[in-house]
Amino acid sequence: MEITEKLNILADAAKYDVSCASSGGTRKNTKGGLGNSHISGICHSYTEDGRCVSLLKILLTNHCIYDCAFCVSRRSNDIKRAAFKVQEVVDLTINFYRRNYIEGLFLSSGIFKDADYTMERLLRIVKKLRTEERFNGYIHLKTIPGASEALIREAGLYADRMSINLEMPTEQGLRLLAPEKSHAPVKHSLQLVSQSIAQFKEERKLLRHVPRFVPAGQSTQMVVGATPETDMDIMHTAHHYYKTYNLKRVYYAGYIPISYDSRLPAMGTQPPLLRENRLYQTDWLMRFYGFEVHELLNPLHPHLDVEIDPKLSWALRHMEQFPVDINTADYRLILRVPGIGVGSAKKIVQARKFGSLRFDQLKQIGVAVNRARHFIRCADSPFSIGDPTANVIRAQILASTTSKYIEKSVLQLSLF
Amino acid sequence: MWVYLFDGTFIGLLTAVFERYDRKQHPVRIAPQQRYAPGLMDEPVAVVSDDTKARRVWQGLGKRLNTDWMSRLYAAFLGEQPEGFQHLFDLACYIINHGGDVIANYGNPHVLYVAQLHRKVHREKHRMEAFVRFQQLADGIFFALVEPDFNVLPLISRHFKNRYADQRWTIYDRRRDYGIHYDGSGVSEVTIDFIQHTGKHRGVLPADLLAEQEVLYQTLWQGYFKNATIPSRKNTTLHIRHVPRRYWKHLTEKAFLPLAL
Repeated sequence: MEITEKLNILADAAKYDVSCASSGGTRKNTKGGLGNSHISGICHSYTEDGRCVSLLKILLTNHCIYDCAFCVSRRSNDIKRAAFKVQEVVDLTINFYRRNYIEGLFLSSGIFKDADYTMERLLRIVKKLRTEERFNGYIHLKTIPGASEALIREAGLYADRMSINLEMPTEQGLRLLAPEKSHAPVKHSLQLVSQSIAQFKEERKLLRHVPRFVPAGQSTQMVVGATPETDMDIMHTAHHYYKTYNLKRVYYAGYIPISYDSRLPAMGTQPPLLRENRLYQTDWLMRFYGFEVHELLNPLHPHLDVEIDPKLSWALRHMEQFPVDINTADYRLILRVPGIGVGSAKKIVQARKFGSLRFDQLKQIGVAVNRARHFIRCADSPFSIGDPTANVIRAQILASTTSKYIEKSVLQLSLF
Repeated sequence: MWVYLFDGTFIGLLTAVFERYDRKQHPVRIAPQQRYAPGLMDEPVAVVSDDTKARRVWQGLGKRLNTDWMSRLYAAFLGEQPEGFQHLFDLACYIINHGGDVIANYGNPHVLYVAQLHRKVHREKHRMEAFVRFQQLADGIFFALVEPDFNVLPLISRHFKNRYADQRWTIYDRRRDYGIHYDGSGVSEVTIDFIQHTGKHRGVLPADLLAEQEVLYQTLWQGYFKNATIPSRKNTTLHIRHVPRRYWKHLTEKAFLPLAL
């Protein structure tokens, strides 16, 4: 088989992995070596579905011994199979990198034979890149769950990031679609890598020549919308994994119908893009805005509001905490105002030292005033009698925003 | 009003700040000499760029600002905006008069303008780090054409030098007609007579200039790009927001096949 065809098949099979981050690495170029990694990562291009292309994301092979209903490479699926040779992956990576197409390699694989056999081949590739090619770009490597401790620990010395996909947010969901699998080996391997990261970090504090181990940390991915879990189930799982295994990222992949299996959404169903977006917003609120997961999702509110973002939705349920005075309030409270992001909140806290801020200045700073104005007071806020209720505010904001996801009744007259 | 005419260089701009204090003139408008159209009430003053004067102003600012802000000022200058020059001039005076702390005052129009212009330039710098596409030439040099909105080559040279330390490369700004070349040890500025060397098709180099495997890797990359898309998630608006059309002609994955024939 020609290399062109192989690449097409194995890139196609790898594209359902949504992670493409090349951030968190701080590898410097070595003398006479090739490449480095940027702490914030670089997206070299974007696919036509608007996703970032940062890494050469491929499978080593799409042969697989498992038959997971949600996966294109499942063994019962009638598709063309291919496998790269070690040297082919190395050549592709180096040549793409030299042309500035990519930040590095994202290497995953179907399982052929068993976990160790597969992991051993992945390891050979990354080892060759680092030692023979002296490649210092980014490498994201899939940990094959159940692979032996020795292989995983060696791979971690060459990779910047390692990840294992949970696939389904809950054990029941996974058992339904992939009866041969369970979360237990995933947890075991995540635990192993997370412990090793901590251990190497400790040792590095004492001895500078201790090598780095998975310096950009671990991540995982869950498929959303294939099984009936609620948003609360998903985000509580995410929260649990963030805390227990010290993950850098959890990715949420809206299920894309690829099978006629009756356990799954029918072919041709739209992937749940908006839901996916709301989950990421919630994830950000947990990680950067100081929200606890139970504030946003709890048994009373197990699903995220599709029409409005989770921060606005939280604010409308807690009108007693508003309005927040922009000129005096604590940074943490300003962060909780809908329409104010981390950047704006920091600028506000700095700028107000030089005088009270007005609405037009907030707008200049970058606050989304159409949402924020209902929740804040600033220097030139008009005095108002009686506060509007949450429902009124919600209606006003919805009327003033447009979304490509939400069909509005067409009231505007057409000219022609 | 006093109008200071400077030569359009950063040194010139800093010299102008020096002159404003030396001559105790206020308020001052500033304009690059080449683009200046005299106004009725103007009193033009020609500013002669002077390294020593410029350095004194730069060091003066350096005492008041951290290095982050210093590089922001320079980046904003590379934005090449006529009103940007004025804001930089006024901002420099604001800092000199009131001390470095006022740089955090985003309520001040000059601070905000320069901060925002810096952001635009920085975004373009970042885009160039992403969108440069090298093609390997027969003599081994990796060559890329770019047409950035702002003059960002001075800002990206360090990134490429660190990353591709073991290969020779050239990045050429077609709009400003100069490039940077790395020869294995240092980066220098170059100009190339283009029409002589390149073909006519979208700034792509003719096949006989390219290295043997170049077309293969371009084809592989295009195939990869196509197959990485999930058709049921297609979102052209988002795609174009991330990769605006004006950059397409120099992006290998967006060019027509066959390339270079």
